[in-house]
Amino acid sequence: MTDTMVGRSMTRPEMREPTQWERLKSNRDWLGFWFMMPTAVLLGLFLAYPLFLGVWLSFTDTKIGRAGKFIGLENYDWLSDDKVFWLSVTNTLLYTVVASAAKFAIGLYLALLLNKHMPFKAIVRAIVLIPFIVPTVLSAIAFWWIYDSQFSILSWMLKKMGWISVNINFLGDPWNARWSTIFANVWRGIPFVAITLLAGLQTVSPALYEAATLDGATGWQRFRFITYPILTPIIAVVMTFSVLFTFTDFQLIWAMTRGGPVNATHLMATLSYQRAILGGNMGEGAAIATAMIPFLLAAVMVSWFGLQRRKWQQGVGND
Amino acid sequence: MASVDIRDVRKSYGAVEVLHGVSVPIKNGEFVVLVGPSGCGKSTLLRMIAGLENITGGTVSIGDRVVNNIHPKERDIAMVFQNYALYPHMTVADNMAFSLKLKGTDKAIIKAQVDKAAGILGLGNLLDRYPRQLSGGQRQRVAMGRAIVRDPQVFLFDEPLSNLDAKLRVAMRAEIKELHQRLKTTTIYVTHDQIEAMTMADKIVVMHDGYIEQIGEPLDLYDHPQNQFVAGFIGSPSMNFINGTLRIEGGQAVLETDSGAKMPLMTAPTASNGRAVVSGVRPEHFTIADDGVDAEVIVVEPTGSETQLVAKMAGHDIVAIFRERYDFQPGQKIKLKPRPDVVHLFDKETGKRI
Repeated sequence: MTDTMVGRSMTRPEMREPTQWERLKSNRDWLGFWFMMPTAVLLGLFLAYPLFLGVWLSFTDTKIGRAGKFIGLENYDWLSDDKVFWLSVTNTLLYTVVASAAKFAIGLYLALLLNKHMPFKAIVRAIVLIPFIVPTVLSAIAFWWIYDSQFSILSWMLKKMGWISVNINFLGDPWNARWSTIFANVWRGIPFVAITLLAGLQTVSPALYEAATLDGATGWQRFRFITYPILTPIIAVVMTFSVLFTFTDFQLIWAMTRGGPVNATHLMATLSYQRAILGGNMGEGAAIATAMIPFLLAAVMVSWFGLQRRKWQQGVGND
Repeated sequence: MASVDIRDVRKSYGAVEVLHGVSVPIKNGEFVVLVGPSGCGKSTLLRMIAGLENITGGTVSIGDRVVNNIHPKERDIAMVFQNYALYPHMTVADNMAFSLKLKGTDKAIIKAQVDKAAGILGLGNLLDRYPRQLSGGQRQRVAMGRAIVRDPQVFLFDEPLSNLDAKLRVAMRAEIKELHQRLKTTTIYVTHDQIEAMTMADKIVVMHDGYIEQIGEPLDLYDHPQNQFVAGFIGSPSMNFINGTLRIEGGQAVLETDSGAKMPLMTAPTASNGRAVVSGVRPEHFTIADDGVDAEVIVVEPTGSETQLVAKMAGHDIVAIFRERYDFQPGQKIKLKPRPDVVHLFDKETGKRI
């Protein structure tokens, strides 16, 4: 054995500088780069490129059936004087702010409730998820019937109870329509917020509540000083997604009101669709869609700062 | 500071009773350790004193007050949890100040209290850190600081050292004991580690399956265990049990082991000839003697200060410890003799001390 060892070391080739290619082959960063490529290609092809096309489209006067040419900011200039566009912006902001706030408040409340010990906990949790698993368009159509001017079950019930004498025009009156669509959106969005926050709540150690109880904290103080601060990172994530989903909502509105009455429920997304696809003004529709980007970026920035690891999450645990 | 009186306390979860009427009187300023194997109900009892569990039957009094139906925060107690239960989003100072802050104590007083507790525990330079940035021992100290700051009537400790490594555990053990000597606050301490109980307690309560087996001072439990459970639980390595029959031979009490070997005893209760018993011999109470019982060495474990021996004797594996350094070999035949004056005898049926 010793002989063979010696023999091998005798015949070992002399050390030489590894070639550029050999060095590259063993370079982990280079390998990592190639592992990243499939994702990068997919993202580039299906997200970045269409986004770029959309933005570029907003600088042209493309119509359906006619290739457009570059017209600079003319679409935006036109939109800045368009009352309907500004109405849709206002609607979108109202829709997003009110619906998100309601979803957060009710979702958090539900999560706190579901986190308690109660009978049939698993079934109740499953029931809470129902609005989330029903396809959006189906629930929108259901709401459309619930809000129907003639056959509304809500109007029927209120009439039976003697509270009203004529049907409520849920989707026919501008403000009624706004609140009705917001309600439908809240109904649909609550499960996501509630279940995610519930998952967050379950990571809080029960011992913390026991310690706080012994420290003299009331129920509200336990929520205010223990639950809420520990939950903030998760709240930031959930609410970012919730705001993004709400801001870009299309299905519910389109199935229920198509932006009516008199554009009262038009969101930027529905207006963009109407102008681009139905109206044929691709360039203008693209401009409306592009105008959503700053708002969305702002929402992401807020959560990005909210999501920064807080000081108390830093440091290495040694348990 | 206050005394604590636990009287005939019961606890049931549904139809299952886990505590069967336990009574422990605790004097003002005493350090009492509840010890027992896991599942014996010691933590449940502690949590009932704290008010985190309802009391099914009996009474718990702190001072002169029955606290059965008093809210935990009104009981004026502080508890240190096994996993410390530090608030992760608060600094060390805020963790310690939390209870005072809730009470609406003046900020200057809070700061003085926190600084004082930090001084006692050597946490002065860690006050701005978050729990995640601390080591296990430091977290343990913060948890104690949180208790001290409130200056409560009673301290409750729920297995506070079990998450620490062995060396730190020994250090913290001494620290907690020293803290108690300094503050003299009534302390109830739960552990499954009998060494912790022996080293720290003024009074040990040995629990088993929801019953109290024995209450007494550490050395009293060690020297006079009231039953076979306590005898086997207290002491490490634990007591050796050898089954046998009592014989009176020529006025001398002798234990005849089941394998026929005979061990002399110092005294035996009268009229006990032929009684089936379990004899208990602590590892350090064996001597090597020519008139001893035949044994065969299985394993020798020299620790430097002692020689620990596992041997087969009278059909039992027994552990013996000697201060001398014997050079035994596995398989070697030796003769072991228990010191007759310290052999414990238990009834074979009931396990009670004879």
